[in-house]
Amino acid sequence: MREVAVIGGGMTLFRRRLLETGKELSYLATKMAMEEAGIEKQDIDMVVLGSAPDAFDGIHIKGDNLVDGCAAAGKPYVRVFNGGGTGVFAPIAGWWHVASGVADVALVVCEEKMGSCYPHPQTAFRHIWDPILDRPLNPNLVWLFAMEMNRYMTAHDIKKEDIALVAVKNKRNAVGHPCAQLADPNITVEDVLNSEMMAWPVQRLDISPPSDGASALIYCSKDKARQFTDEPVWVAGTGWTIDSTMWTNRDLYFPQYVANAAKMAYKMAGISNPFKEIDIAEPYDPFDYKELHHMEGLLLCDKGQAPILTREGVTQRDGDLPVCPSGGLLGVGNPIAATMGQKVCELYWQLTGKAGKRQVPGDPRVGVGQAWGDIMQMGTVIVLRK
Amino acid sequence: MAKKQAMPKSAPGTHVSTKDIVNKKIAYTWWEPEVQYSWSVGPAMSRFLEELKNGKIVGRKCRKCRRVIVPPRMFCEHCYGPTDEWVYLKDTGSVETYSISYLDADARRIKEPILVGVVSIDGASPKHGFMHYFGGMKPEELHIGMKVKAVWKPKEEREGSIRDIIYFEPVKKGGRKK
Ligand SMILES: [Zn+2]
Repeated sequence: MREVAVIGGGMTLFRRRLLETGKELSYLATKMAMEEAGIEKQDIDMVVLGSAPDAFDGIHIKGDNLVDGCAAAGKPYVRVFNGGGTGVFAPIAGWWHVASGVADVALVVCEEKMGSCYPHPQTAFRHIWDPILDRPLNPNLVWLFAMEMNRYMTAHDIKKEDIALVAVKNKRNAVGHPCAQLADPNITVEDVLNSEMMAWPVQRLDISPPSDGASALIYCSKDKARQFTDEPVWVAGTGWTIDSTMWTNRDLYFPQYVANAAKMAYKMAGISNPFKEIDIAEPYDPFDYKELHHMEGLLLCDKGQAPILTREGVTQRDGDLPVCPSGGLLGVGNPIAATMGQKVCELYWQLTGKAGKRQVPGDPRVGVGQAWGDIMQMGTVIVLRK
Repeated sequence: MAKKQAMPKSAPGTHVSTKDIVNKKIAYTWWEPEVQYSWSVGPAMSRFLEELKNGKIVGRKCRKCRRVIVPPRMFCEHCYGPTDEWVYLKDTGSVETYSISYLDADARRIKEPILVGVVSIDGASPKHGFMHYFGGMKPEELHIGMKVKAVWKPKEEREGSIRDIIYFEPVKKGGRKK
C-alpha cells in the first residue's frame, strides 16, 4: 500500500435548512478544500461521495444528482453509504483509491440535506426499520438510542449527570467553529437535565440536530504530496466492521464492532496503547452517551470508564485526551455523512495547527476519528498522523 | 502551497428559517410521493407469524453453535449454514432494555408515553429476543431484568403479526398479575 497524505479540507455552514441545493453545497465544500490544497478540478483523478439515505431529501440515485457539485463529471466516481458510518467510511474509501495506486489525487465529498423532509427528517427514518417485525410497532429512531443508552447506563451504573457533561463540553467546544449550528458558551448540566424528555433516558439536549451541510477532503499520494504542501498529514490506519442486522440478539452495552474496527486501524498504524499514543479523538457523538460508548469502543479506556475520564476533565480541549474538540455533532450539527467535517477534516486541521479557536494545545501529532451507523452495527475508524 | 490560517476559514451557505418558507420568502417545489409496498416475509418469518396467530413464539436451533435463535431464520449468520429445527419458546422473558417514549414515529409529541424495549425470550439463547411494547404497569415500575409475559390479542383478532401480542406485562411471583 502507498502512503496517503491529506492536503485539504472544506466545510459549509451546518443548519437545520440551507437555501443551497445539495449540488451547490457539495460545490462550496469542495471548492474550499481545493483552495486549501491549491489544486484545480483537473488535478483530481477520482472522486468518492458519501451521502446517507435517499429518503431524507427524496432524491433517489442521489450520487448521480450530486455529480456536478462533486467535481466528478467526466471522472471515475463512486458513492458509498453505511448510514451514520458514512462520514468516516467515505474518507476510508477515498484513501484506498490512493493507497492502491489507482489514483494519485482523490477527492472525498460528503453531503446531506435533511431539511427537505416533512414534517421532520424522523419521518424518513421510518424507512430504515425491518418491515416485518419492527415497522408494525411504529418505531421512532430515538427509541434505538434510548434503548442502547439505557443498557449502557444500567450495565455500568452511570448517572445522567455524567452523560450530560458530554453535551455541555461539545456545545461549548463548538463556540468559535464557523459552521456550528448549536454552539452554546453558557450551557450547563442542569440545562441538559431539565430539557424536554423525548424518550427516556434521552432528553432534547442529549441529541444532535438534523442538519443540511457538506464537507470535503483531498488526498494525495506520497510522491505528489510535496508539490502541494510542506506539512502533510498522513492516513496512518483505517478500520471498518459491521455486525449482524439482528440488534435484538446482542448486548447493546458495548459496541464490539467499533472495537474490531479500531483494532484494525490501530494495527495498521502501529498503535498498541491508544490512550497514550493518541493525542486527539473525534468519536461519533450524535447523542452525548455515544461519545462515551465510542471512547470505550475505540479502546481509549476500559469499559465503563469513559464517564469518569469525562468527569475528571481528561476529555476537555486542554485535557490529556481532548475528545471532540471540533464541537462534535452535538455542537456543530449532524448532517449525517457531512460530519466528516468534524470527524476527519477537523483532525487534519488540528494536526496542521489550523483549527483556530478550536486548536488543541501542545502540538498534537496523532488523531483518531470514528463514525457509527446502519442500525447500531457499523463502526468506521481512521487514524491520522503528522 | 497551503496557507496557515484557521480552517474552515468561512462557512459558506445560507440559512433558511421555517418562517422564510411559510411566508414564501424563498422559492421551493413540493412533492408528496404515493408509493406502497408489499413484502413477502420468507420461510422463517412465515412460520413465526403463523405461530403468533396460535399464541406461540417459535425459534430456530442451530446445532453447530447451539444457539436457539429468535427471531428465527433459516440460516445461521455465524455458522453460515442452515439452521436445524423449530423450537417452541415460552411467551415470557426478561426486559433487556427499554425506553419511555414521548415521541411518535414522526417525532410528534405525545402525552401518554409509549413503553417500548427489547424482551429476551425464555427458552431462547441469552440476549435473544425482539422489540415490543410494555403495558399493565406504571412507567416507573419498568426496569431492566424485569420478568414479563406476553398479553395476546383474542384469538379471533390475531392476524399473523407481531402485534398479535398487545404488549408484555410484568410477571408477579406466584402467577400472572391480578
Ligand atoms: Zn450457528
